[in-house]
Amino acid sequence: MKISKSPWVLHYDGSSCNGCDIEVLATMTPLYDVERFGIINTGNPKHADVLLLTGGINAQTAPVVRQLYNMMPDPKVVVACGICACDGGIFKECYNILGGADKVVPVDVYVPGCAVRPEALIQGVVKAVGILEEKRKKLKESMKAGYCTVDYSKMAVHMTADDYDPSTQYDAILTEEALREQAEEKMKSTAKPAPKPAAPADNSGKGDNA
Amino acid sequence: MTVSIIIKALLYVLLAPFVGGLLSGIDRVFSARMQGRQGPPVFQPFYDVYKLLNKQTTVVNGIQVLFVTAYLIFTVFTGALFFAGGDMLLVFFALSMSEVMMVLAAFSTNGPYSIMGAQRELLQMMCYEPMTLLVAIGFYYANGSFMVNDLIHASVPAIVQIPGFFIGFVFILIIKLRKSPFDLSTSHHMHQEMVKGLTTDLSGGNLARVEIAEWYDTVLMMGIVGMFFITNNPISILWAVIACSVVFFLETLIDNLFPRVKYITMLKVTWAVILVFAGTNLLILNVLK
Amino acid sequence: MKGANTLANILNVVNFLILFPFIMAIIIGLLKKASPLRSAVIIIGGFTIMAAAIYVAVNVLLSGNKADFVYLENTELHNHIVVALEVFLMVLVCFLSIKYKKFYAIIFSLVGTIPVLWMDLTGRAVEGLNHIRIDTFAAVMYLIVGVVGILICIYASGYMKDYHHHHTDVQDRSNYFLALMFVFLGAMFGLISSDNLGFIYFFWEITSVCSFLMIGYTRTQEAVDNSFRALWMNLLGGCGFAAGLIYCNLFLGIANLSQLTGSAATSKFVIVPVTLFAFAALTKSAQFPFSRWLLGAMVAPTPSSALLHSATMVKIGVYMLIRVSPLMYNTLTGIMITVIGGFTFFAASLLAITVSDGKKVLAYSTISNLGLITACAGTGTTEGVWAAVMLVLFHAVSKSLLFQTVGDIENCMHSRDIEDMHGLIIKLPRLAFIMMIGICGMFMAPFGMLVSKWAALKAFVDSGSVWLVIFLVFGSGSTLFYWAKWLGKICTVIHQSFELEDITPRSEMVSIFPLTSMIVIMCFAFPWMSTHMIQPILDEAFHTNIPDVIGGSDVIIMMIMVAMIFMIPIGSRILAIGKNSKMTMSYVAGVNAGDDRHYIDSFGKERALYMSNWYMDEIFGEKKLLLPCIIVSAVLVAVMLIIVVGGAF
Repeated sequence: MKISKSPWVLHYDGSSCNGCDIEVLATMTPLYDVERFGIINTGNPKHADVLLLTGGINAQTAPVVRQLYNMMPDPKVVVACGICACDGGIFKECYNILGGADKVVPVDVYVPGCAVRPEALIQGVVKAVGILEEKRKKLKESMKAGYCTVDYSKMAVHMTADDYDPSTQYDAILTEEALREQAEEKMKSTAKPAPKPAAPADNSGKGDNA
Repeated sequence: MTVSIIIKALLYVLLAPFVGGLLSGIDRVFSARMQGRQGPPVFQPFYDVYKLLNKQTTVVNGIQVLFVTAYLIFTVFTGALFFAGGDMLLVFFALSMSEVMMVLAAFSTNGPYSIMGAQRELLQMMCYEPMTLLVAIGFYYANGSFMVNDLIHASVPAIVQIPGFFIGFVFILIIKLRKSPFDLSTSHHMHQEMVKGLTTDLSGGNLARVEIAEWYDTVLMMGIVGMFFITNNPISILWAVIACSVVFFLETLIDNLFPRVKYITMLKVTWAVILVFAGTNLLILNVLK
Repeated sequence: MKGANTLANILNVVNFLILFPFIMAIIIGLLKKASPLRSAVIIIGGFTIMAAAIYVAVNVLLSGNKADFVYLENTELHNHIVVALEVFLMVLVCFLSIKYKKFYAIIFSLVGTIPVLWMDLTGRAVEGLNHIRIDTFAAVMYLIVGVVGILICIYASGYMKDYHHHHTDVQDRSNYFLALMFVFLGAMFGLISSDNLGFIYFFWEITSVCSFLMIGYTRTQEAVDNSFRALWMNLLGGCGFAAGLIYCNLFLGIANLSQLTGSAATSKFVIVPVTLFAFAALTKSAQFPFSRWLLGAMVAPTPSSALLHSATMVKIGVYMLIRVSPLMYNTLTGIMITVIGGFTFFAASLLAITVSDGKKVLAYSTISNLGLITACAGTGTTEGVWAAVMLVLFHAVSKSLLFQTVGDIENCMHSRDIEDMHGLIIKLPRLAFIMMIGICGMFMAPFGMLVSKWAALKAFVDSGSVWLVIFLVFGSGSTLFYWAKWLGKICTVIHQSFELEDITPRSEMVSIFPLTSMIVIMCFAFPWMSTHMIQPILDEAFHTNIPDVIGGSDVIIMMIMVAMIFMIPIGSRILAIGKNSKMTMSYVAGVNAGDDRHYIDSFGKERALYMSNWYMDEIFGEKKLLLPCIIVSAVLVAVMLIIVVGGAF
């Protein structure tokens, strides 16, 4: 059996005009029906294999995209939907647009279009799913030697993670590991070694109670 | 005597995932056809689980996997107990224990969606627990025993004496099988207000175990539905299968018709239905005895 | 071997058990400050009492003829002492009522004591047979009071020191508090050993006054108000008991409890005192409409909550109900008691969902479980009594453990709110683990409470009471809700939270570990307990031989389940399930700030994330439910009393 028979998709809008998002959602409708391929649109990165990104990523959504990507379990692929996600599209010159999804995460398939057509999108996802299968094979081999990450840079169709230099980007782009380290340092600096009543630090604002 | 028990339990443990997965796939194809689309292949759930087993398991803490494993094992145990002919009340008590394990798995992650999903799951359990216990009691009133072994050798199908319980049970099956309008804690539909609720922070092999446990659970529920129709007569098994198919189709139909409701509506409606149908039936049975 | 020697020995030990705690109370009362000497006195004296109680109980349980252990035909001196002490109690209550200006308590005290004194002193009281009787049920209660009660007293000696360390505004009268605990224990032993109704009434009143004094320990206005509420409700029950006592003596010529329960067929007026005793039991066990005193009693320091208000004192009420249970079969009283019990079970469990104070949840849970026991006893069937006794056993152990653990958590964290127990498994792992066992012991299969609830369900189904079945199944669902959400709160693993210093002193651990082990052992041992402890009770109560209530195959399944619960964590550890998983953050819509406890809002600012439990206050809250419940149950109680008691005249 191949895992490409069940690619679950996570769709995230990184500052798109929503045109591509509507097309993405249109593929889920009965007219184009991607569930034939076993594709389910889960809203949860931990369940997803394919990350569909739309919109040229801006400073606010860049860390979110990075976090979602890191949270997805391996093997995973990224599909950049629409020309904005490919390289910034008509908003490329804007001050806040980073210029495409591959500035933030390694992209596997680029699907241009403004807005991207569902048929093109389906073709792109099918191609991505093929790449997914290859990644999985490589993962299996590397797992026999204990767990290690696969070098995805050689798998991308176009630009890769190697071309992404964080120093040239806006700040606040953080990897999950970097976020953890930051948090740990903060905890250590404010840590109280002596016994103390533990009013939980997270008490300053109550969450939604449904 | 014990050999047949072990064989029945073993059959359940080995065959139920396949039956459950098939049921799940049929459900998705039904839904798709109702929506005018082609839908996935019938074996899609098996592809899904296979894929999940081949993915990396990411966890939030060290005890999550333990709780989910406990959930799976207890669900299998409960189903095996039922199909081997055990005590129905104990079956339902053990089922609630396995569900609590799942809830604890979600609670342990400390994620907001998981915790909210977990509490909604507890609310769902509060809604359907009266009915499941009443089903066991209903069978006792109808046939004089709590043991499944005795109940399947009844002379009259239980549905004749406890139709109210049957209606109540089919109603709470909506909750148990996680169908709209009562799929508050986690759902098989797409985008949710609580993301995936209970299963938000589970992934990979962990999630696969949850799926498999749900298959076992579905088969158990269908078994209980079938038990309303089974008698000494072997033909009754045919009736039971037909009844299960009808109920299953009904559940899928309801799933596609209704949107999700607020939790207070679920609580009120479920308890009202249980009181009205099962309660009245209980009263009538008591008076007749 | 057996024979006069052992019997005489047991009488001596029983006398010792009843009187020695009072002596210990005096000694402790003299040791004002918390000191190693006081702790040593308590521990040594406590273990002596425990050993004595176990000695008596084991001897009774293992002996062939349970009717052997009856004593005290001639009680001239004892009667005088009892009369004197009753007068003393009445004077004490009146004095304190006047001091705190709660004059209504005086009325109840006078109404409860003076008619009984008149009856005793004018010689109208029937002499009756043996005054002390130790049968199997008494032996079981000996075990509960002797083991659980003493463990709590030992716990208390360490706890009071910490309590006054934290609560500097409360005057340190811990010697008085601990002395009262032992007075109470003595009264308990006296009550369960007594067969004479007058003696039972006397010890009953002692426990009421003990509870009253202990609740008012902190002397704050709230404590005083709550203690007087407890007092008047318990005294009201005492008046009911006194009325039943007088009726028995004057109209039926019965002075012994065993005579009452053995005379089911002789007089149809027996139901009158039974109803009055049941009424007294309802107040003592805090059933609706008398539940508010138990909730208010939670202001007292935790040992009193653990000892009096969960494990032992409130059990006296259901003890009486179980004793008279065979007489309630197929009577209006039985039906009303079961309905009140079932209603309490359901309503209290709904109310427990809405409160976040740990002790209040435990209080509501106690009321709820007592309601279940009441309902079981009210059915008057053998399965009902079986279930009731099992529930008493398991509840005493689990609830006292939970109260003690909550008390310890409060000492370590300065809060007993459930919301502050978020992530306890990292902050106080040992206490969290014990708490998990305690909570699981309260509602999960295959622990004891669930077995008992299962038996109760079978009992109700056979008794033909539709209301009861409905109360039980709905209550079962809501019980699950509030326990499981508390359990989940404790099991939450919050990353990068650190372990707090666990300042639980060793003396408290001496109490907590045995109780925890007992919960676990009792799961495995329940078939043995059923055969050797509870079947004899049924045989004696119903005067016939009763077959097993829970069948053999079910027992095997339950043992398998218990084994699984313990094997799964161990097996997972051995098989290293989940070892190769990658750690990641929890999903917070992609804006997790990195530590799972903060998120980044739309302005880029970090905000705290707080997960609260779900209380559904606006649906089931105290403001909405409490008053209607009290009204409904008051109507039921009034109906029962009017029809049964009024109908006899």
